[in-house]
Amino acid sequence: MQIRIVAGSNAAIYKQIADQISRSVAAGELEVGKMLPSVRQLARELVINPNTVAKAYADLVQSGIVETQAGKGFYVAKRRQVYTKSERMRRMDESIQSLINQSLTLGFSAEEVLHRVRELFGKVLRSVPESSS
Amino acid sequence: MSTQSAQDIAFSASGLTRYFGNKPIVQQCSFSIPRGTVTGLLGLNGTGKTTTIRMLMGFLPPTRGSSAILGVDSQSLTAADRNRIGYTVEGHFLYNWMRVEECERFQSGTFAKWNGKQFRETIERFGIQSKSRISHLSRGQRAGVSLALTLCTFPEFLVLDDPALGLDPVSRQALNETILEFVESGDRTVLLSSHLLDDIERIADRILVMVDGRLVVDSTIENLLSRLSTCTLETDEDTTQLGAIPGLVHARRIGRRWTLSILDMNAESDAALSRLGCQALDRTPSAFNDAMMAYLSRSRGSSSFISKTPSVPSSR
Repeated sequence: MQIRIVAGSNAAIYKQIADQISRSVAAGELEVGKMLPSVRQLARELVINPNTVAKAYADLVQSGIVETQAGKGFYVAKRRQVYTKSERMRRMDESIQSLINQSLTLGFSAEEVLHRVRELFGKVLRSVPESSS
Repeated sequence: MSTQSAQDIAFSASGLTRYFGNKPIVQQCSFSIPRGTVTGLLGLNGTGKTTTIRMLMGFLPPTRGSSAILGVDSQSLTAADRNRIGYTVEGHFLYNWMRVEECERFQSGTFAKWNGKQFRETIERFGIQSKSRISHLSRGQRAGVSLALTLCTFPEFLVLDDPALGLDPVSRQALNETILEFVESGDRTVLLSSHLLDDIERIADRILVMVDGRLVVDSTIENLLSRLSTCTLETDEDTTQLGAIPGLVHARRIGRRWTLSILDMNAESDAALSRLGCQALDRTPSAFNDAMMAYLSRSRGSSSFISKTPSVPSSR
């Protein structure tokens, strides 16, 4: 997969990296067990501070998307839940809240947004070879 | 700070102050920069960045206070200490009539240790031919030669005063790659002043922000962004009322709509907002550019009703 980042964006660079990797994992583009590029290698490729890549990987490890094998590197983890139901709910609400704010600013109705969410959700699920939950 | 020994701190300053005549240029700057990091020194033109760097390098005595490099006071750095520091000034002074390779030969004669391989690798990265005349080089390539010469002496510390000034995107990328490669070993340290926020966001671990001669931020980028919120609200209140919000760094107004940058937003700031009858429409963590603009805009007096800039003190 190709990771692209932009400086000066609203999303911090580490967040952009973590988001792109978790999206690729969700879409099945990055398969379970696949090794990620090393921190140093990705930092060199993107010409960014290695600590930023390390922070992105640490976030992915914390949310259970990636696992680390001491001294060997970072791998895409088998999907599992690392958060309680209420924490998962809280995290999802956070994203939905910002979606609502953005939708209101851009002048979309709840129906239009829901329709679009369903459409895009389907698109992501279809691209996953088989549901691995 | 207490957990770090002097050997872990590359650059430090304590109450560093400099007057030119009776005009204060740098006031009460204190910071400590750990080894192995890239630190960006940010601030508008004329805000004291170069004066701070010159005092740190020991080229200018402070009026009050002191600074040190690896625990050695800047004013008593020996030749041996200086050999450990690479320093480039803005403008990149080089003899125009020389060829690039002559520059290297000329400079290498004045140093005991010289890393010719490093020179060749660095100029190659900037797309420079060793036979080219200095007078025929672009601004970016001159910066490349200057940086290559600085790196050849095996420095442990790099102090770069606005190295990216006027560089094209390709040279900027070469500069960023060179800086990141320099610190890769983990024990070398870079301090660079710059106006290029995007580049600083990419390569720096930490930032120092100067506003009107005072240091208002000394922090890792991550720590600063996690503490600074951007808040949007609509109000007809006059500006003097907004000044009462604790932690307010900057306020920008377009019509009735205000965008506020608030440090360590808490119940107290929320209460202050609701006392003013404002309801926050949206609250998000600050993006790096917005955070920097919030601090840097203070110099231009665009929000003079805010009496004191909340500062982010030294942190890991």
